[in-house]
Amino acid sequence: MIALQQATPAPDPLSVPANAPEHCPGTESELAGKADACAGCANQEICASGQARGPDPALPLVRERMSSVKRKILVLSGKGGVGKSTFTAQLGWAFAADEQVQTGIMDVDICGPSIPTILGIASEQVHASSSGWSPVYVQDNLGVMSVGFMLPSSKDAIMWRGPKKNGLISQFLKDVDWGDLDYLIVDTPPGTSDEHLSIVQYLKESGIDGAVVITTPQEVALQDVRREIDFCRKVGIRVLGLVENMSGFVCPNCKNESQIFKPSTGGGRRLAEDMNIEFLGAVPLDPRIGKSADYGVSFLDEYPDSPASIAYLDIIDKIKKQLGDA
Amino acid sequence: MSAAEDTPVARRLRSVKQIIIVCSGKGGVGKSSVSTQLALSLRASSPTARVGILDVDLTGPSIPRMLGLDGHPVHQSSDGWVPVYADGSEARLACMSVGFLLKKKEDSVVWRGPKKNAMIRQFLSDVRWGELDYLVIDTPPGTSDEHLSLVEHMAPVHDRLSAVIVTTPQAVALLDAMKCLSFTRATSIPVLGLIENMSGYVCPCCGEVSNVFSTGGGAEMARSEGLTFLGSLPVDTELVTLLDAAEAERPGEAAALPEGGSRRSFDLLERYEKTPTAPLFKSIVDRILERLSSGPHGQTQLNQAA
Ligand SMILES: Nc1ncnc2c1ncn2[C@@H]1O[C@H](COP(=O)(O)OP(=O)(O)OP(=O)(O)O)[C@@H](O)[C@H]1O
Ligand SMILES: Nc1ncnc2c1ncn2[C@@H]1O[C@H](COP(=O)(O)OP(=O)(O)OP(=O)(O)O)[C@@H](O)[C@H]1O
Ligand code: SF4
Ligand code: SF4
Ligand SMILES: [Mg+2]
Ligand SMILES: [Mg+2]
Repeated sequence: MIALQQATPAPDPLSVPANAPEHCPGTESELAGKADACAGCANQEICASGQARGPDPALPLVRERMSSVKRKILVLSGKGGVGKSTFTAQLGWAFAADEQVQTGIMDVDICGPSIPTILGIASEQVHASSSGWSPVYVQDNLGVMSVGFMLPSSKDAIMWRGPKKNGLISQFLKDVDWGDLDYLIVDTPPGTSDEHLSIVQYLKESGIDGAVVITTPQEVALQDVRREIDFCRKVGIRVLGLVENMSGFVCPNCKNESQIFKPSTGGGRRLAEDMNIEFLGAVPLDPRIGKSADYGVSFLDEYPDSPASIAYLDIIDKIKKQLGDA
Repeated sequence: MSAAEDTPVARRLRSVKQIIIVCSGKGGVGKSSVSTQLALSLRASSPTARVGILDVDLTGPSIPRMLGLDGHPVHQSSDGWVPVYADGSEARLACMSVGFLLKKKEDSVVWRGPKKNAMIRQFLSDVRWGELDYLVIDTPPGTSDEHLSLVEHMAPVHDRLSAVIVTTPQAVALLDAMKCLSFTRATSIPVLGLIENMSGYVCPCCGEVSNVFSTGGGAEMARSEGLTFLGSLPVDTELVTLLDAAEAERPGEAAALPEGGSRRSFDLLERYEKTPTAPLFKSIVDRILERLSSGPHGQTQLNQAA
């Protein structure tokens, strides 16, 4: 018996188009268009002709749209349910608290869009106009786009494979009439998958200002987050910093703090040190955060003096500093 | 597709009696911890029960960590991949995960759909499970490539397939659980029932139950959708510590032993049985077994009509 090795070296994930077959060597590889896997691939002609990276026709349109967006920030985590969507919403609300700041939130979690619920706009629909799809506005300076606005019923499951998700994401980037934005915050699904690759591919030219990575304190989450940071490095996205969410539970009765998700391996702080990224701060577990999200109200507005709000605002300040905007 | 169809997957899974998919839609609600507990409890349900656990979360595999098998190697035999046994030579708890195939645990697996599809097909057709009473499948969040591939490749064994849906009490989680249910309906997979996880928190100091993530939404959803409510599990800090392998910091604890398994994986079951969750989970498993023996496929029609 022999221990299993990984077969061929993985191709640069960014050079594998969404519609490529499973063994695609990558469009930038020597073998592009000529490998066994290329037989029958829709891109074979372009790849074989050597003009590697047959540019996606959506790219110039995305660039055009994104030229009026100053900052593009991704919210990521390999792990599910750590609070990406909740954090995205707080970030949006906090930016938009300044009337002069135009903010957009784009939800690329296609199978599990939570942003419409968290922002309290779950029953809205997207409208199309001559200048594209118009975002749904939470307030004058906070526009949102999510697949959640396009489903006939919230019960409907979107059972799509990668290429279809990819298509929708490109539409979100090129067809949504965002107008001039100071910030576009992108909420992503858990994992490192098609959605992540697509958003990075499409925004590569326009430039992503950075990613905020969210984790919870326990090792099961941290191990996925390490992978996510590895992903960011592989594709060249700057990590603005790491946020540890649900760290410590403050009882509403006696203000006693207990650890629900124990940082058995040092939690987010140690991970940030180990991977040499900035630790942005820790947000405690507060049942009112979950409730605010379920009712679609801003936690920051409802409980401005809570330790969690203070932590959020401190983290958001640090993000602005990292971006050079503070 | 006809049930008799002969594919490599069908041949490989011929000696697997029941296949249970654990899914949720939402991330982080506890699919992997429920899968782990389900596998442990099914194994304990009879002295001869043989259980497999397949982790198809390709970009965020948690099962190796939870079973104390981090870093164990998978071996190739002439008859396919040999799963990793959590209980060593007893060989009643077999496990397979992409986590075993990574060189470093920080390596990210950045795969598009077709590659995932191929990996899942390989997991289903090339792993030498042997005879199994139950195969528990842990899935990633969402309803996408992994799920579609699973259902597609398992079409020939569809009559042995069923699902358990996990949710947490918040509205955002229930919303996604609903989507997951729509998925099982669209693919005609019978649902054994719904579990509400992290429902309430029993304070370690005064024993008071506080609703960290509110509570009750799962039972409500089960009622309105005509599903069996399998039970709710509170937030259990001992459970997280156990599954998180906190003490695995002790050197060598998770290391592979010559006969397979690790010191940690060996006493996991014993330690699990001491957690406050274990007795609650046992009644969930009893309900699952009851549903399985009364034939979940007969009852899906009811579920689907509801
Ligand atoms: N600090 C917190 N305290 C209490 N509850 C929280 C906290 N942060 C998030 N939550 C709740 O936890 C749940 C998961 O959060 P959220 O949906 O934002 O996670 P996510 O990472 O976006 O999940 P997914 O991976 O499914 O997209 C939600 O119900 C949310 O309201
Ligand atoms: N009943 C519980 N009490 C306390 N913590 C729990 C409970 N169930 C699960 N957890 C913890 O919550 C975290 C998330 O659980 P788990 O990894 O099982 O979720 P998941 O649905 O598989 O997540 P993903 O979507 O990322 O695959 C883990 O650290 C786990 O140990
Ligand atoms: S033709 Fe191009 S895109 Fe298609 S498999 Fe070959 S290299 Fe990949
Ligand atoms: S002892 Fe525990 S539940 Fe009781 S009031 Fe204090 S923290 Fe809350
Ligand atoms: Mg989310
Ligand atoms: Mg999991």
